Parts: sequence; C-alpha cells; structure tokens
Amino acid sequence: MSAKKETLGKTLGVVVAVCLVCSIIVSGSAVGLRSLQETNAKLDQQSNIIEAAGLVEVAAGDIAGAYDKYVEERFIDLSTGEYVEVAKDFDMYKAAKQDKYSVKVENSNVGFQYRSSVANVFLVKDDAGQVTRIILPVHGSGLWDMMYGYLALDVDGNTVRELVYYKQKETPGLGGEIQNPSWKKQWDGKKLFNDGEVAIQVKKNADSSSDYVVDALSGATLTSNGVQNTLNYWLGDNGYGPFLKNQTWKS
Amino acid sequence: MAETKEMKKVLFGPLLDNNPIALQVLGVCSALAITTKLETALVMGLALTTVTAFSNLFISLIRKQIPSSVRIIIQMTIIASLVIVVDQILKAYSYEISKQLSVFVGLIITNCIVMGRAEAYAMKSPPFMSFLDGIGNGLGYSLVLIIIGTIKELAGFGTLLGFEILPLVQNGGWYQGNGLLILPFSSFFLIAGLIWVIRTIRPAQVEPKG
Repeated sequence: MSAKKETLGKTLGVVVAVCLVCSIIVSGSAVGLRSLQETNAKLDQQSNIIEAAGLVEVAAGDIAGAYDKYVEERFIDLSTGEYVEVAKDFDMYKAAKQDKYSVKVENSNVGFQYRSSVANVFLVKDDAGQVTRIILPVHGSGLWDMMYGYLALDVDGNTVRELVYYKQKETPGLGGEIQNPSWKKQWDGKKLFNDGEVAIQVKKNADSSSDYVVDALSGATLTSNGVQNTLNYWLGDNGYGPFLKNQTWKS
Repeated sequence: MAETKEMKKVLFGPLLDNNPIALQVLGVCSALAITTKLETALVMGLALTTVTAFSNLFISLIRKQIPSSVRIIIQMTIIASLVIVVDQILKAYSYEISKQLSVFVGLIITNCIVMGRAEAYAMKSPPFMSFLDGIGNGLGYSLVLIIIGTIKELAGFGTLLGFEILPLVQNGGWYQGNGLLILPFSSFFLIAGLIWVIRTIRPAQVEPKG
C-alpha cells in the first residue's frame, strides 16, 4: 500500500483496464453462449409439450425430433376460435402486454388482468397426420404466483388427457403436488363439458369415479381453487370455448 | 515440506477448522434458500467454489497494481464478471438447474465469502495460494450445503438426488414428508445444529463470553 500507487492517473488506468477486460469477457460469454441457451429454452418448452402429448416414451430422449414430427403449432383468434396467421415466434404471454393483442379480462377470478387475443395451440398428430390430441396453454394464479400449464385434450375437445403444470411457485409438498405424477394421473379421461357448460370440478373428498370431478390436493385448497378458476376461465367463452365448440382442428 | 503443509492448511482448513458458514457465519442467505434439494446444493457449491477460486486468483495476480482507494470496486467488478460468466454457462449447459437456482447464482456477487476471501487473503497472498484458498473456502461452503441439502431432501421429500429412498404417503408409500424441512427457514435450525456439533468437537471455536 505504498503512496506511489495512488496517483490519479494510475488509479484511473487500472480501473479502465479492469473494466475493459471484464466487459470483453462478459460480453464474449453472453454472445458466444446465446444460441445454446435459446436452444435450451426451446427444448424445455418442447419437452413440456411432448409430456402433455403423451409422447415421452415415443420420443425416447429425442425431444426435438419427436416435436418436429408429431406436433404442429397453430395460432387461433380466441374470440372466433378460427386459425389466424401471425409471426412465427408469436408468444401469447408476451402479446398480452402489447396494445395490438391485449384484451382486458373481466368478471373472472383467474388472477390476471390482460390476455392476448391470439393464442398458441399445439396439435398432436399421429404417423398418418391425423390429429390425436389438442394442447392448450393455460395459466391462472395459484396461492403464491401465476401457474402455467398445458391442458391436453382428445380430438372430441371434451376428454382430458393431461394437465401438465410446468411453471409454478406453490408450496412444496402441498400446492406443489400439482406436479405429482399420481395427482396428474387423475385427469386422464375426465370430461370438461356437460351440455356445453363447463362441468369439470376440483373438489375435496370427491367421488373420483365421476367423469366431471377431480380430487383436490389435500392441504392446498387455494391452489386447487386456482386450478378450478384457471379451467373455468380458459374453457369458457372468453378462453378456448369458441375454439372447442367449432372444433376448428377437424376442418 | 513446509510449503505442502501450508497448502494443506489453506485447502482443507476451511472444511472444519475454519468453515466459512459454521465459524465465520458468512454466506448464510444462499445456504438457507437453495438447499431444499441436494442437486441444487451441489451445483450451487460448485458455482461458488469456481467463482471464489478464480476471483482469488485474478485479484491476487493484479494485487500489486490495485490502488487501495478503489480496491473494493475492482474486486466487485472481477467477481461480478465471473458470476455472470458462470450464470451464462449454467444457462447454456444445465438449463433445468439454472431455472431452480434462479436469482441465487446472481447473488453470489454479494456472497460475503467471495468478497471476504478476496479482501482478507487474495490481496496479500501469491496467486497459487489464493487459488487454493478459494477452492478450500468454496469446499467448506459446499460441505455445509451438501449436509443440509441431504437432510432436507431426505426428510422433506424422501428422495436423494431425485431417487426415492423413503416412499412418500402421496405415492403410496409409508413415509410422511416433513413439510417444515422443505421450507427455506428450517435451514436456520440445521445450520445452528451443525455449528453446535462442530463447536462441541472443537471447543476452541466457541466465542469467549463478553
């Protein structure tokens, strides 16, 4: 700590040199690794969709390959249920904040204020190109934060196959059990609509033999209510209702 | 020979004799938050060890050039750069885990262990010894994280590294997961218990009553 180190010029010089070297390293690593990171983020989303599609075993590790082969992404106008064309990298969660697509959510306790007028949906096809499942992105607030998931339906637009939550912050061990395989299994075969009305219920001590009832998570009433509100909203007329009634995927 | 002895002391001392969490009680906040699962604890330990080792190395390399009036800022710049690089690498090669660690990798920047070692050791010691000191302290931190992560994951979820050890009631087994141990603050109890055990073995670490 000698005095001669302390001249102003030297101090500035060292600071500038350190900053320069550090910024080169940081920007170098950020730019160099970006494509890998984007691939990862995409693969992560694809693997959730493959799970909802029930193709985990078919994919056998090759998520991207199976996704390209069996899954087709389409965009629908939620108010009419018809297909629309938008930019290829359209994201309904980002679009909810853009003036062009933003629609206010009214009379619902789903937990968010704005949604996009256009939604991404995923059609799962078999080897012959026939649609076998429809995957709808859904989200709604749970106890602590927004929960994001994919709801996979049969071609009849009524029978549930999977409800896969991929992003949630519920209490581990309680609400977090929405990701537990044994709870998720309950959804397989449940029916959403009865005479055109949303009939699916997440209920405590439910009679799980009923087609319209899923047993709520024990100790996580508010998370279960969140799942119920999410489904009520997204299956209703403001959500995928028109799309499911039209059965647009059959045309 | 004296050299190897010194090296051993620098490398392994922080594990038990001079553990950064248990004795110096540094870096507790990340130790509380990300020890719910053993896997995240391992990765966090690895990330912190890397950052501490290399920040010590680089700071020690230029320690004679660093003007003392701005030394803290220069240390921070180097540490922050390293942390960003580690964060980017994790995102690129271990996306799942980087999602779970979320903000805590970024928070290594403010982890007192990294800063503390840079200021207390690397500013005064040659590069290689500083590098070892960084690894040693990183390992000391990792050791505590691993112990706590093991206890929390086993008691809370009945698993270790995701493999089922105790079958949970929810999955048709017999073990009722301990909900308290899943929550971050339960690490306070575990770290306190660990400090108690270490100070019983090593009474020299007990602070004198003031």
